Amino acid sequence: MSILVNGAPAELPFDPRVSLLDFLRDRLHLHGTKKGCDQGACGACTVLADGERILSCLALAVQYDGRSIVTIEGVGSATDLHSLQQAFIEHDGFQCGYCTPGQICSAIGMADELQRGVPSHVTDDLDAPTMPFSAEEVRERMSGNLCRCGAHNGIIDAIAATFAPSPMPETEAAQ
Amino acid sequence: MTPLRYARAADASDAVLQAGTGARYLGGGTNLVDLMRETIERPEALVDVSGLAVGIEETANAGLMIGAGTRNTAIAAHPLVRQRYPILSRAILAGASAQIRNMATAGGNLLQRTRCAYFYDESGSRCNKRHVGQGCDALEGFNRNHAILGASDACIAVHPSDMAVALASLDAVVHTRTSKGERQIPLADLHRLPGDRPDIETVLDQGELITAIELPPALRRSTYRKVRDRSSYAFALVSVAGAITVEDGHIRDVRLALGGVAHRPWRARRAEDVLRGGPVGQVAFATAADAELSQARALRHNGFKIELARRTLVAVLEELTGDPA
Repeated sequence: MSILVNGAPAELPFDPRVSLLDFLRDRLHLHGTKKGCDQGACGACTVLADGERILSCLALAVQYDGRSIVTIEGVGSATDLHSLQQAFIEHDGFQCGYCTPGQICSAIGMADELQRGVPSHVTDDLDAPTMPFSAEEVRERMSGNLCRCGAHNGIIDAIAATFAPSPMPETEAAQ
Repeated sequence: MTPLRYARAADASDAVLQAGTGARYLGGGTNLVDLMRETIERPEALVDVSGLAVGIEETANAGLMIGAGTRNTAIAAHPLVRQRYPILSRAILAGASAQIRNMATAGGNLLQRTRCAYFYDESGSRCNKRHVGQGCDALEGFNRNHAILGASDACIAVHPSDMAVALASLDAVVHTRTSKGERQIPLADLHRLPGDRPDIETVLDQGELITAIELPPALRRSTYRKVRDRSSYAFALVSVAGAITVEDGHIRDVRLALGGVAHRPWRARRAEDVLRGGPVGQVAFATAADAELSQARALRHNGFKIELARRTLVAVLEELTGDPA
C-alpha cells in the first residue's frame, strides 16, 4: 500500500485507525496541515486529494491508497510562494495563521470547482454553464474553513486577487 | 478508536460477503470516522465500499439511477440532476461544507446518524440510542434542535440529512443487496421512527448494502428551502422539500417532505392529501400545513419549530405556485 504525498511515494500505516491528518503530521512530519477540531467542523486540516479538497481528519489514511495528496508543503515554500500565499500576505488574510494552510488548500480546490462549473448553495441558475466569481459565492464556498481571528474579509480579497477572472465588486480587490 | 480490521471491497457481492457480524460499511467516512473516534461506534471491521457504484445513469423510464458510492458533490453538479431534479442539487448544496460534500457518498449520507449532542456525549449523558433502556437526557435537557413529529419517550433525535429530505419528496427508491439477494425500499420507508428502539434507525438488515438510489421522473416544479441558525454550514432547524404539478389552477400532484423535525425525513402526506386535486391558494396552503402540524408536539425549547415548519411549508407552496422565475 502506498500513497503519493506532494509527489513523493510513502508507505501507508499498518493500523487502519490512523487518520490521514495524523499520518501526514506524525508519520511524515508534515506539520503544515493543522489539527483544529479533529471532528470535521473547522477546515484547518483541509488537503487536496487528486485535486479535490477534503478534510484529512475525517479520512482514514488507508482509504487513500493509490491516491495523490497535496498539502500546504506541496503548494509553495518560504522561498517560492504560491501566488495565493503571497496574496494572503498582501491582503492580511491571517493573524495567528493556524487556519491558513487549510484556507489556502481549500481555496485552491474551490477555484478548481468554480472552473469546472460546480454550483453552490447561493448559485441562482443551476443550468448556467459557468459559475460567477462573486464575493457571495466565495463566502459560501469557503464556509467550511473557520478563522477565529476574523480574517475572513482579507481571505476573500486574497482569493479574489488570485483567482477572479475580473475584479469583484464589494471587495478591496476591486478598488 | 477501538482496534479494527479494514478491507476494501472489490464489488458489491464481495462487500456483502465480507460484512459479517460486527462489520460496518465505510463510505466517505465523514460521519463514521468521527463516531469511531468518539467510541460511539465500535465496529470490529470496516468494509470500504467508497469505491463501488460510482456514477449516475438514466433509467429506461426517464428516471436516474445514482450509484451509492457517488460523492455528494458529483450528484449536485451532474447536468441531468441540475436540469431535472434541481431540488436534489439544492438540498445537497444546502448541507455540510464543500470538503465534506467532496468526500461523502450517497449511501453514507442516508445512513448518517443524528447530531443530537446527548448522543455524542458518550461519557456524560444518557442516551437510548447508545444504550437501550439507559434513558434520554435530551428529554429534560436543551432540546431546541429536537423532534416535533414522530418522537417517543425514548428518543427525540432528528435525522440530519438534507439530501434524504429531497429524496423523500421525489419518491426515490433505495436498491440494496444482501448475501441472499437484492431488494428495493421506498426511501420514505427506509428510516424508522424511534419508538422504544431508537438504536434501530433503518429497516436494513445486518450486512445489507445500499447499492443505488433510483429517481422516478420528476414533477414539474420543485424546490428545497432550509432554515438554520447561520446561513451556511449548519444543520436545519426546519427544511421543506416540495414538488408540484399544477394544471388549470388545480393541484394535479404534490409531494412534500420536512427535514429537521423527526427521526426520519418526514413525508408530509396529510398536507399532500389536503392539497391534491384542490385549488391553488393561501387557504388551501394554510389548511394543508395545519393538517400536517396538528400532530406536532413541542418540547421545552423547540416549540418554535412548529410555527416555523408551518410557515416554511406555506412559503414553499407559494414559491412553487407563483409565477415562474
